[in-house]
Amino acid sequence: MAETMTKTAVEKEKLEWFGPKERKLITDPLNDDNPVTVQILGVCSALAVTTMLKPALIMAIAVTVVTGFSNLVISLMRNGIPKQIRMIVQLVVIAFLVTVVEQVLKAYSYPVWKQLSVFIGLIITNCIVMGRLEAYAMANPPWRSFLDGLGNGAGYGLILIAVAAIREFFGRGAFMGYKILGATDEFLLNTSKHWWLSWYQPNGLMVIPASAIFLVGIFIWIQRSRNPKLVDVS
Amino acid sequence: MYSNRYITIYTLIMTLVVSIVLAFTVTGLKPFHDAAEAIYKKRDILSAIESQLPKKLKDMSDEEVLSLFDSKVEQVVINAEGESLQGISAEKVDMASEEKKPENERKYPLYIYQSEQGKIYLTSVRGNGLWDKIWAYVAIKEDLNTIVGTAFGHVGETPGLGAEIKDNPGFPRQFEGKKILNDQGDYVSVKVVKGGAKDPLHEVDAISGATITSVGVSEMMVRGLEVYLPYLQAQKK
Repeated sequence: MAETMTKTAVEKEKLEWFGPKERKLITDPLNDDNPVTVQILGVCSALAVTTMLKPALIMAIAVTVVTGFSNLVISLMRNGIPKQIRMIVQLVVIAFLVTVVEQVLKAYSYPVWKQLSVFIGLIITNCIVMGRLEAYAMANPPWRSFLDGLGNGAGYGLILIAVAAIREFFGRGAFMGYKILGATDEFLLNTSKHWWLSWYQPNGLMVIPASAIFLVGIFIWIQRSRNPKLVDVS
Repeated sequence: MYSNRYITIYTLIMTLVVSIVLAFTVTGLKPFHDAAEAIYKKRDILSAIESQLPKKLKDMSDEEVLSLFDSKVEQVVINAEGESLQGISAEKVDMASEEKKPENERKYPLYIYQSEQGKIYLTSVRGNGLWDKIWAYVAIKEDLNTIVGTAFGHVGETPGLGAEIKDNPGFPRQFEGKKILNDQGDYVSVKVVKGGAKDPLHEVDAISGATITSVGVSEMMVRGLEVYLPYLQAQKK
């Protein structure tokens, strides 16, 4: 009797639109359960697209859209997917969504597509997307899965944007493409006349992908030392 | 556990649905892709002569770019002998596929921009960078000697190093005012040299850390512009 009671209690749990649980799905991945710094997923693309802020922003949006909608689709399909081929089904859904995103970008935002071309395709291999499908969408209702996808996309985007801002600033002396530090093209045209612009030498290390792994590592370090929930017990 | 039958049918239906939807998306968006690509290419070409345009390219809408291109730009296709060919527009010439043909069968696109100071010849050159192809539009003034502007492009040069030919506006601007012919009227083109350009008319500074890309640009400027010479010389007379 008691067992049936609890069972119905679980089943009757209200699925709200924006209850505390739903809100947690969005906010958790931003800090306590960040896909990059805590789950250590999607690091590869975090190295590749973060040389400048603008592509990083667009990548963040694209990944958020893909994680959100693939979670939604897989969650809707979850009761019919045969267990043996669930990974293939997930991959097909992801690849499908990424192709649609790429085609839409190409049609309506061609210069951006040109800039991101390879990396859009690489969203398919971004482990965050598949990781969330396996860990969440396969076992949870659609709306929550959708929110979980959006939250994880946003958590990934947050790290991406932070890394990109630092790399662009120190590596190019610029922010969103606007030069604010160091040598401008005026300087390159006439080195002696605009000598004062050269006081900052852009840091070449920041331009190459290796710098991103250092930055992500530093982020992880800071986050672990400040967030009591993440302190390793062992 | 699901039966094999279920799995097979499931897979079939899934693949079918996905491929049909994707096929419709791609065909449906094709006209948009083509239009966007054409505008992108035209902006790219015009960026070589940005200083001569009535407005900054960034502030121009797509329609303005198209109408400017239609009204002010004449498209010519020349063959290896420097004769202009009839019945083909420069836009249709794909440099990448021309490159695979034997040298004497290649076609070269040439855009002639009618500015207030006279005609500007926009040549298209292509060469090798470190990792992949690089290319440029080189704009030559009516005197058929002075470069008014260049716009570079590349497939995959290293960001921050080789990619600076495109990303750093200072690099293409070095070419402005350079001459492709020397005092005797012989063809010398413009070279990219390491360690500071000495000749103010025929040399520009290389990019530090991108030696191979710089050498590639240098070679491209020499070999690429050469093929336009016969046509340009004929214009002089």
